[in-house]
Amino acid sequence: MSERDSKEDSVGVSIRSVSKRYGDTVALDDITLNIEPGEFVSLLGPSGSGKTTLLGALGGFVMPSAGSVWVGDQDMTFMPPHKRNIGIVFQSYALFPHMSVGENVAFPLRARRLPKSTWPERVRQALAMVELDGYQQRGISQLSGGQRQRVALARAMVFEPRLILMDEPLSALDKQLRETMQIELRQLHRKLGATIVYVTHDQREALTMSDRVAILKDGKLVQIGAPQTLHNDPRDSFVASFIGDSTLLPVTRIDDHNVRLGKVAIRSAKTIPGHAGEHSELLLAIQTEKLLIDDGRHAPDVNRLACRIREVVYQGDSLRLFLELEDGTPITLRQPSHHTAYHQIPPIGASLTVALHPEDTIVVPRAGCRHTAANVA
Amino acid sequence: MLVLMLPAILVVFTLLVVPMGWLFWQSLYAEGGFSLEHYRRIFSEGIYWNTFALTFRISFIVTLLALLMGYPVAYAASILPQRWAMLVLALVILPFWTSVLVRAYAWLILLQRSGVVNQTLMASGITDAPLPLVHNELGTIIATVHILLPFMVLPLYATMQKIPYDLMQAGASLGGSPLHVFLRVFLPLSMSGVLAGMTLVFVLCLGFYITPELMGGGRTVMASMLVSRNIQLYSDWGAASAVSVVLLVCVLAIFYVVGRLISLEKILGAK
Repeated sequence: MSERDSKEDSVGVSIRSVSKRYGDTVALDDITLNIEPGEFVSLLGPSGSGKTTLLGALGGFVMPSAGSVWVGDQDMTFMPPHKRNIGIVFQSYALFPHMSVGENVAFPLRARRLPKSTWPERVRQALAMVELDGYQQRGISQLSGGQRQRVALARAMVFEPRLILMDEPLSALDKQLRETMQIELRQLHRKLGATIVYVTHDQREALTMSDRVAILKDGKLVQIGAPQTLHNDPRDSFVASFIGDSTLLPVTRIDDHNVRLGKVAIRSAKTIPGHAGEHSELLLAIQTEKLLIDDGRHAPDVNRLACRIREVVYQGDSLRLFLELEDGTPITLRQPSHHTAYHQIPPIGASLTVALHPEDTIVVPRAGCRHTAANVA
Repeated sequence: MLVLMLPAILVVFTLLVVPMGWLFWQSLYAEGGFSLEHYRRIFSEGIYWNTFALTFRISFIVTLLALLMGYPVAYAASILPQRWAMLVLALVILPFWTSVLVRAYAWLILLQRSGVVNQTLMASGITDAPLPLVHNELGTIIATVHILLPFMVLPLYATMQKIPYDLMQAGASLGGSPLHVFLRVFLPLSMSGVLAGMTLVFVLCLGFYITPELMGGGRTVMASMLVSRNIQLYSDWGAASAVSVVLLVCVLAIFYVVGRLISLEKILGAK
């Protein structure tokens, strides 16, 4: 296996209006998604959102009811899986239990009828990529979860596929190992230059690893964008609640930059969706880490909210303050648990003013409203 | 606990251990004293040798045919959706609930000179004269395969159904054609089921009695028939016991050898 520094070998993927119906159930609803060559794209969504079905359509295990799947300039919609030349890492790893590590990794080479003399070197290189060179003779049952994961990866890379699909490959690992593997996968992606489509239900994992994240819900593509875009500019309340940690509060539109929360006017640096006089449901998404305790040093034009402290919870790396607005609406604030922050917090029951910068003030339409539909297109 | 188990232990003891011990003793008893005469006859007389050879040959052929016919059925059941799989298995097991005797007579009628099978063959011009399908080895094999087929299909299905479907998908995604994936992944992983099914069918076939008696027409003499003839025709309990003991030892030897390859629980369906 040769390392590729250019992304010329990798291919783009184009999912064009793909739908999949099982009887009356719609698993995929008219999904269009373009992935650039060499890009790392995550499909993120709750279970039942269609992300695994979409991956199946790319891998050839799911026949779309409508639409087409292109890899590079090739229509692959009806191509059987074994002709697609796509590397897949399964959630269960799907290693062959009756074969050694070496035989598992050599499987794609054997299937492709490559000369047997070339196998050992290619297997060695693929295993070296995942730091398992020397494990060729081991049985699968002798490996730890993390090692199995790496073997599955080596096996999916050994035939130098231009596209690699990963179906929640880290979900069976413990937290620490998962975080290590996330970084390793990222580095491997850079080394290989292959296009990677990664399925996960873990938003943090998706944000950490991906160039872009596609958010799916009920078989529909809700939003696709860079992690930062999704975080700072969510399309609707579903994305806002799924990405990050936020409180959603109903607000009414005043004009393009102002909304009303109860009696308080809130200003946003971003344009408020919808038009004046329109009665669409808008929600203010307050991300817990963007809300600050007002110590008087903030600029005069920040949004200020008066609240009362209900509860303070120590969460190790952070402190979570459960607050209540004047009308009783609960909101949450999170801040690092350092000494200064701790001492800044008034006792439970005391009143407190919190600040929210207009740049951090996000107003989204309620998911399922027509703005959502219009914005996706 | 022991008190609760006592009735079962008593039944097993009086109906299994005692008769077996008696059988064993009988086989070693001749002309009023201890003797290996019965065993000497089994190992020296041609009729015994031929019978055991025939028994093993028929068992072997039946086992192979049952495997060839049972494997695709079990495979189909393992890849079909649950509902259809249950239907296939029900069809396999259904005849199982009718008496062996009834099924043997049914085959007799189907396969006889003027039976449906011969009439169809002649009507379609494949043969001019009726084929000798019963009262011989062929008839015995046909009926025995039919009766023992569930014992092949069920262990095969149990094994196949546990092979994760992921592995087939992985094989395909890695470039393996359906045939390649079947030969390299599915078949090797189903081998423990193959071994279990073959052992069950072979061992059951070794001791088969009613079917060869009816279908063989008296000419195909298997080991079990030797036992009954020694008793019914010659009242020679000693010889009959010796044949039974040899048969039992063969079965135990087979289980021992296979047990070293796969766990016995698997053959007996406990796993």
